[in-house]
Amino acid sequence: MKPAPFDYVRPGTLEEALQALAGHPEAKVLAGGQSLVPLLSMRLAAPAVLVDINELPDLDHVRVDAEGVRVGALARHARVLADADVARVQPLVTKALANVAHATIRNRGTTVGSLVHADAAAEMPMVLQLLGGSVDVVGPAGRRTIPVEELYVGPLESSLHHDEIAVEAFFPALAADTGVAFEEIARRHGDYAMCGVAAVVTVDGDRVVAAKAGYLSVSDIPAVVDLTEALGGELRDASLARAAEAALAVLEPETDIHATADYRAHLATVLTARVVTAAYEDARTRAGGSK
Amino acid sequence: MTTKMMGAKVQRVEDDRLVRGTGRYVDDVAPDALHTAVLRSPHAHARILSIDVDAVLDVEGVHAVWTYDDLEGAMAEPLPLLIPHPTLTHGRTQYALAKDEVNYVGEAIAFVVADDRYVAEDALARIAVEYELLPAVVGIEAARDGAHLVHDDVPGNVGARMEQSNGDAAAAIAAAPRTLSLDLQIERSACMPMEGRGTVARWDPDQNRLQVWTSTQTSTGVRAAVAAKLGLDLGQVDVITPDVGGGFGVKIVHPWPEELLVPLAAQKLGRAVKFTEDRREHFISSAHERAQVHHVEVGFDDDGRVLGLDVRFWHDHGAYTPYGLIVPIITSTQLLGPYKPGAYHVQFDSLYTNTVIVTPYRGAGRPQGCFVMERTMDAIAAELGKDRADVRAINFIQPDEFPYEQGLIFQDGRELTYDSGDYPAMLDKIKELVDWDGFESFRAAKAAEGKRVGLGLACYVEGTGVGPYEGAHVHIETSGKVKVATGLTSQGQGHQTAFAQIVADELGVRFEDVEITTGDTRRMAYAVGTFASRAAVMSGSAIHLAAKRTKEKALRIAADALEADVDDLEIVDGVVSVKGTDSSIPLGTIAVLSNPLRYAFDEASKAATQFNVGDPTKPPVAEDDEPGLEGTDFYSPPRSTFASGMHAVIVETDVETAEIRILKYAVVHDCGHLINPMIVEGQIHGGVAQGIGGALYERMAYDESGQLLNASFMDFLMPYVTEVPASIEIDHLETPSPLNPLGIKGAGEAGVIPGSAAFAAAIEDAERLPITAMPISPSELFALRAAHAQESK
Repeated sequence: MKPAPFDYVRPGTLEEALQALAGHPEAKVLAGGQSLVPLLSMRLAAPAVLVDINELPDLDHVRVDAEGVRVGALARHARVLADADVARVQPLVTKALANVAHATIRNRGTTVGSLVHADAAAEMPMVLQLLGGSVDVVGPAGRRTIPVEELYVGPLESSLHHDEIAVEAFFPALAADTGVAFEEIARRHGDYAMCGVAAVVTVDGDRVVAAKAGYLSVSDIPAVVDLTEALGGELRDASLARAAEAALAVLEPETDIHATADYRAHLATVLTARVVTAAYEDARTRAGGSK
Repeated sequence: MTTKMMGAKVQRVEDDRLVRGTGRYVDDVAPDALHTAVLRSPHAHARILSIDVDAVLDVEGVHAVWTYDDLEGAMAEPLPLLIPHPTLTHGRTQYALAKDEVNYVGEAIAFVVADDRYVAEDALARIAVEYELLPAVVGIEAARDGAHLVHDDVPGNVGARMEQSNGDAAAAIAAAPRTLSLDLQIERSACMPMEGRGTVARWDPDQNRLQVWTSTQTSTGVRAAVAAKLGLDLGQVDVITPDVGGGFGVKIVHPWPEELLVPLAAQKLGRAVKFTEDRREHFISSAHERAQVHHVEVGFDDDGRVLGLDVRFWHDHGAYTPYGLIVPIITSTQLLGPYKPGAYHVQFDSLYTNTVIVTPYRGAGRPQGCFVMERTMDAIAAELGKDRADVRAINFIQPDEFPYEQGLIFQDGRELTYDSGDYPAMLDKIKELVDWDGFESFRAAKAAEGKRVGLGLACYVEGTGVGPYEGAHVHIETSGKVKVATGLTSQGQGHQTAFAQIVADELGVRFEDVEITTGDTRRMAYAVGTFASRAAVMSGSAIHLAAKRTKEKALRIAADALEADVDDLEIVDGVVSVKGTDSSIPLGTIAVLSNPLRYAFDEASKAATQFNVGDPTKPPVAEDDEPGLEGTDFYSPPRSTFASGMHAVIVETDVETAEIRILKYAVVHDCGHLINPMIVEGQIHGGVAQGIGGALYERMAYDESGQLLNASFMDFLMPYVTEVPASIEIDHLETPSPLNPLGIKGAGEAGVIPGSAAFAAAIEDAERLPITAMPISPSELFALRAAHAQESK
């Protein structure tokens, strides 16, 4: 389990990093390395060059304002998870991060790295998708913002160009009268979930005026389903069942060695009800608190 | 000594070093060594048409590349079949490097020695092998079916068929008022020690001598194997086992191909050479265990008394049989546990498949046997509507029936005779510990909260401390320090602590003054190994005997020096004194006196001058005596000693998600006298964790073509600390063994044995649907619920 030979550069400026990428079509960007390094060690990936961005300035930030949370490319999961402002402005980010792997992996892995790795079994791409966030990238043509709707194009495939570096992710702030919840079921603590669901629910008094759920590990790319219509404004067993049906119509769970497609679909149903209910309660609490 | 060490909860002296990362493992030895990598078969079954290594030869940093054609003499012969058996009519072992054919994904084909492991792996990628693919036999069904053969000359893929009986089981079942039949199966798992396999070798041309460090459970075994295969005299080979990061059975297998190829390379290249196995290699080229399919026929009376038991099972031993039939023989004999069926018949087929070899993994066939027997007990109870504990109790061997003969031959070739035990007392203890009688009200309370819970119980008996022997050498230095060597190895058991306790008690020295060396053939050339829960029983007893011998010599010299009678002497904290007087002599001084050497090196020598010993009319070293304060002794028992235990588990099965949560895990354990209860409990904790793994998480996911789909810790699910209950409740029973001087029995494997049986029972009790195959995942429980609901319609 030793990587095949590769060249390694550790540029000190973004410009140098971009040049290194541009010069090598087989180059890969290394930040936290929690997905890339195992792939290298198992020789499942053999890039000619690793462009280590850990020395780049000004990418290690977590900035929070009324609009939302901005996470720099070198901010580790653990740091984002521990940020009280993040939890206040967009609590779903915090709730989801607590489910990302294990503490040691969160200490090294970067949130932006996870987002552009584009794994539909990972928590953060789904959360970005659900919240309607975006990723800023810098390339030879300068900086551009990729809205999440345009980010995930296929399994483990993002719309980043090879010569671009993701520098920042943006998670929009929690809207008024809105609550969130997250739950996943994994074989072991910290494993990739067999299914995970996050929900964002907006209320007006007792009524649900908007509800969306995001799904982990039951589709090729991070899946988000609008459940507003299926719920019909209220949370009852029947409306929650309709919501789950609406989700299953979109989801494409598959069988692997850990769980059958049927079981994953069942978990999606169970978790839809649990998580939508929890997000609703959260919204009611927040709405009550703000009055 | 004022306090007795035996039985005390002495903190393990190993832990400070190991926990701080200052342990010294094989990979830490010889940092200057050349590294090696092995080209392994990517196919489960194929003929090798050609191997082209030309592209490797000009890779910078490569020192050697070998295939089968490069091997000579004994190295070109198949690896040894370590434990032959008359019924193993078609035993097969692999070659150190594959000859003509590969029979599992991972089988060694070529061996590269290079400057470092990176270069060695680069070189592997340049070796071109042409294969002709053959159909792969994967799983017991395919093996039994026999449509394709693993080895052309093994009909029906049957390596062995073995049968044993006690009485006429078929007749007893036919005559029984009630009968049941069950089909039960267990899947593959593996030992998965933190440290994989590893070997370092260095050839010393000045001494014409080979030194080998290897991560093994038997350094003497490896020494003999290396000497035989490399054509060296035993006296030219030293094998040293440093710290070992876990064994659990897999490292008793020897010699591994790399354990021979590395010494050979060291000898040929004149350089230190190292092999350090990586995790993927450990998955596909070490050993697995557990896969068996069983069919049970049982006849019983209306009280649940088993009148006749007939078990037919099929054991998947993988591609080769280097370790013989130990695992299925243990299943077939230890299945009976604490029970005495009226008649018993067992027959097994040991089958070839195109998968990794199967050799003992902690428990070694007992988890399967326990699963079969305990599922049968539960089925009888369900059939009769009786309490599951009562059905067990009525079948127990009673305390006054020991020694109890099961009428079978055990794995060591000796009669299966239980030496001691008290199963009714143990059942009382486990029922109390888990609140057996209060469970129905607990169940009702949980049901009122919408929760579903179940209780499972499993009992086992474990033959431990198998022979043939272990030895020990005790040497008291002139400093008074006690150096002890025993030949078996340590892989985390706490031998330094437990063995030092035994020595401290017997010799009357301070625990801190005792140093234990294990697994070093330079210090103790005769030894068997650490497996089969035998170290405490075998080496513990040998050390006790050697210490006793040393003590006798010390007292004899002391009596002479102090002009006293031996019977009036006592040893406390390393000082021999005449009871009730000031007259005394330290053991270190006795050590000086024991060696009639003229030279005085130190204060100890000077201190000894005040004493006069020996008869001046006789030679300085008397006839029948030896210089030095040392003692060597060996312990060789007539047969195994039988430990026992009972586990009870309460689970909650999530009504919605089918997740399985452990609410309580209780253990009652009897390993005779406890040397160190803390170590025994640690062994139980580890065993229970592995039992949980085997019951709820671990399986080897082979696909039909023989590819192992989960050969990493990401997909092979060993329980984390988060999956093991924070508290495991343990109670001990101490029924001493009459077979050894300390009255002890083995404890190493115990914790893992009843895991699958207890969990299956608890899940069945919660779900009210039969659980016949383990492990079980939430996804499988969900599928079982769906199937059961379908059937009930």
